[in-house]
Amino acid sequence: MAESGKIDPMHQFTIEPLFGTDHWAIGGYNIAFTNSALWMVLAVVVLWGFVALGMQRQLVPGRWQMAVETMTGFIDNLLSANVGPEGKKFVPYVFSLFMFILAANLLGLLPLGLFGSHAFTFTSHFTATGVLAILSFSIVLIVGFWRHGFHFFSLFVPHGTPIWLLWLIPFIELVSFMVRPFSLGLRLFVAMMAGHILLEVLSSFVINSANAGPGWGIAIGIPSFLLMVGISALELLVAVIQAYVFALLTSLYINDAVNLH
Amino acid sequence: MPQIAQLAATYSSQIFWMLLTFGFVFFVIGLGMVPKVQSTVDARDRKIADDLDAAKAGSAAADALEADWRAKENEARAQAQAKLAEAKAKGAKDREAKLAKADAAIGEKLAAAEAVIETGRSKALGEIEAVAAEAAADIVRRLAGAEVSSDAALQAVKAVL
Repeated sequence: MAESGKIDPMHQFTIEPLFGTDHWAIGGYNIAFTNSALWMVLAVVVLWGFVALGMQRQLVPGRWQMAVETMTGFIDNLLSANVGPEGKKFVPYVFSLFMFILAANLLGLLPLGLFGSHAFTFTSHFTATGVLAILSFSIVLIVGFWRHGFHFFSLFVPHGTPIWLLWLIPFIELVSFMVRPFSLGLRLFVAMMAGHILLEVLSSFVINSANAGPGWGIAIGIPSFLLMVGISALELLVAVIQAYVFALLTSLYINDAVNLH
Repeated sequence: MPQIAQLAATYSSQIFWMLLTFGFVFFVIGLGMVPKVQSTVDARDRKIADDLDAAKAGSAAADALEADWRAKENEARAQAQAKLAEAKAKGAKDREAKLAKADAAIGEKLAAAEAVIETGRSKALGEIEAVAAEAAADIVRRLAGAEVSSDAALQAVKAVL
């Protein structure tokens, strides 16, 4: 099993500067255009293309327009269900969030290995998901204090709190509130990373068992490969669900900020 | 785990590009394009609602028109029936009057004819008496040779007849 050491399931998450931009910096901070940044840009291009093709603005929509309108309608419903009529204002933000994460997750699953290239899933980096989580959390804070002022702190005292528990409940609520950006960012990062590691580990099983001989290849390689097919389908589902969870949690937090409890 | 191993070297680049790309997504796609898509959807929903309302109004108008027409038709039918009944009654009355008139005229004619017959008959009867009396007087003279006055003969004939 000496060869198995060559296949490092974590290597796919390595960030590498591209096109010799590793010396780019602003104010001493490195801003190299990395493979991660490349896939961010690709996600933007794909997302922009998707929405732009659905902008014919016809009374009777074509297929593409219908697809784009379904997505905006989906986010619109999500926000009006969770936040109410005031949720409409947040459609651009939650739509951007959901579609950007969705595009990133799906692009990261592209089987580009077949063509000698590698897809990079930047949502498997907490430096990337953390930015989105902190943005969502900041919006919640800004909207909450903007609309309610210091009354926003009543969020930490839920309705019906017994008076003798007033020393404990606000503390628990505060902790659960402060944990939100971490739960947002880490959930996405861990889910995406775990799926990709699993696929990589299974593919290393296929390769190493096939290299060890035909018997091993049939006994371990084929079941592993079949499992990979299933896991790939599951990963597509996870890609959608994680984007949805991020958007759903953001809309729930926005609801707290807009309507308090 | 490159996420942690490369953290110090890559966090600034990751954050920078993330803010740049997501900023583009939010400002250009989210704020620029999504409202247009939504306004299209809203316009369509409004158009559909308006069309449905118009169709409902049209249907109600058609129903009202039909009810109106039905009422008018019923009225016209009732009028026609009334006219028909009137005409029938009038016709029957006319016929009765004509019949009565004709009956009266026939009765008159009948009576006149009967009167003529009666006079004819009585006249003929009178003539027959006279002839019979003459014949009787003649017969008596011839058979008995006796002269009978015409008055006596007439009396005798009248008694016999």
